[in-house]
Amino acid sequence: MTIAALLLGTIAVLLAGPVPLLLGRSRWPARSPGVALVLWQAIALSGGMSMIGSLLLYGLTPFGTTLAQSLVALGGNLTAGTLPDGTSFTHMLAIGAAILLGGHLLLNLLATFVRAERQRRHHHTLIALLSDPLHGQPGMRVIDHPAPVAYCLPGAGHSATVLSNGLLRLLDADQVRAVIAHEQAHLVQQHHLVLLAFKSWHSALPWFPIANRAENAVALLVEMLADDHARRIVDDQTLARAIALVGFTLAGATPPPDKEADAAAQAAASASDRNLELAVEPEHPAHQILPRVARLVNPTVPLHYTATAGALTVSAVLLVGPALILFGA
Amino acid sequence: MGNLGVLERLMMDILWDSTAPLTANELKDALLRPAVSATPGKPLATTTVLTVLSRLETKAFVTRDRSVRPHAYSAVMTRAEHTAGLMHEVLGQVPDRQAALARFIGSVSPQEAETLRHLLGVAPSDNA
Repeated sequence: MTIAALLLGTIAVLLAGPVPLLLGRSRWPARSPGVALVLWQAIALSGGMSMIGSLLLYGLTPFGTTLAQSLVALGGNLTAGTLPDGTSFTHMLAIGAAILLGGHLLLNLLATFVRAERQRRHHHTLIALLSDPLHGQPGMRVIDHPAPVAYCLPGAGHSATVLSNGLLRLLDADQVRAVIAHEQAHLVQQHHLVLLAFKSWHSALPWFPIANRAENAVALLVEMLADDHARRIVDDQTLARAIALVGFTLAGATPPPDKEADAAAQAAASASDRNLELAVEPEHPAHQILPRVARLVNPTVPLHYTATAGALTVSAVLLVGPALILFGA
Repeated sequence: MGNLGVLERLMMDILWDSTAPLTANELKDALLRPAVSATPGKPLATTTVLTVLSRLETKAFVTRDRSVRPHAYSAVMTRAEHTAGLMHEVLGQVPDRQAALARFIGSVSPQEAETLRHLLGVAPSDNA
C-alpha cells in the first residue's frame, strides 16, 4: 500500500503541475478543441482522485495491507477507541487531510451548482419581463440594450438564447445566424456544466494557479467548440467578422466597416505567431478573441485520427489508472 | 413562464408605461384594454391582480404605497434601469456574478482591442 500511495502521489504531483502546463502551452487544442476538453476533464478528475487517494492510502498503511481491509480495521479501531501499533501522527494527519480535501471539493461543487441554479432562475425571471421573443420563437429573446450582447441561458425545458438590439443592429442577417448557431451549440452540448465544474474547482482552490489556467483554457475550448458548430451553418469569414465586430464594439472602439473587419481578421491570422501567444498563455479570461479569429481565418487541420485516439486513450488511462491503483491496493 | 408569469409581464409593462402609481383596480382596468390583454373583454378577479402584485413585490420589482387607500403600486426601477443592470452583470462587470454564463464575446482585454486596432491601422481612440 505504501508503493500505491507513492504512485498516486507521483501522479497527483504530475497532474497538478507539469501536465496541465504542457497542455496549456501546446497548440493542438485549437485544432481539436473537443479532444482537448476531454483531456482537461480527465486531468482534473484524475488529479483530484490521485491526491485524495494517495493521502488516504498513506494514512491507512498501519491499519492493513489492502484498502478494503484497512478501512474495516479503521472502523473497528474507531469503535474500540484504540490505534494499531506503528500509527504515527502523520498517518492521522493524512487521513484527516484526505477527508477534508474530498469533502471540501464535493461541497464546493454542490454550492457552486446550487448558487448558479438560483442565479439562473432569477435571470430567467428578468428575461421574461424585459425581453421579447424574436420572430415569435419563445426560446429566442431580444433585449433592448445598445451593447452588442449575445448569450445563452440554460434551463430545464426553457433554455433561452438572448440577443441585444445593439447586436442585431451591428450584424447582418448571416452574422446573426452565426451567433445564434454558436449559442445553440452551447445549450445543446451543455457547456455550462463543464464551465461550472471548473469554476468550482478554481473557487475551491483559489491559491492554486493551475486551477485558474484550467478554467480559462476550458472556457476558450468551449467557445471554439461552439464556433465549430456555427461554421457548419455559415462560412468561416462570416463568423470571424461577427466575432471581430462584436469584440471591437464591446471594447469601446468604433466598429470598422466590413472590409476593414476582414482586413483585421486577416491580419490577426497572418500575425498569428505573435497573437497566438495569447492562446497559449490563457491565464487571462479576456484573451479569447484573437485565438478564435485566427483559427477561422487560417483554418487549421483537425488532429489526425491516430492522435485523437491517443489523446482519448490517455484520458481513459488517467481516469481508470488511479482508480485501479486505489482499489487494487 | 406560466400563466402568472404572463400576467407579471403584462402588469409590469403597464406599470412601466404609467406615469403615476396605480391601484389594483386601475391595473385591472388597464389589463382589459385590447392593446394589452391577450383575451380582451375578460375581466380578471381583483384577488388575482393582488396575488400577482404581491409576487412582484416579493421579487422587488414593485413597491407599494401603504399611506393611501387603496394601496398604490409603482415599479421600483424603470425597464431601462433593469435592463442596464442585467447587461452589466452579463458583460462580467460585476465580479463573480453570472460567471459561468456562456457569452458570444465576453470581456475584451484592452491589449486584444489594441492589437486588432493596430493591425487594422485605425488610429487609437481617445478613451483607449
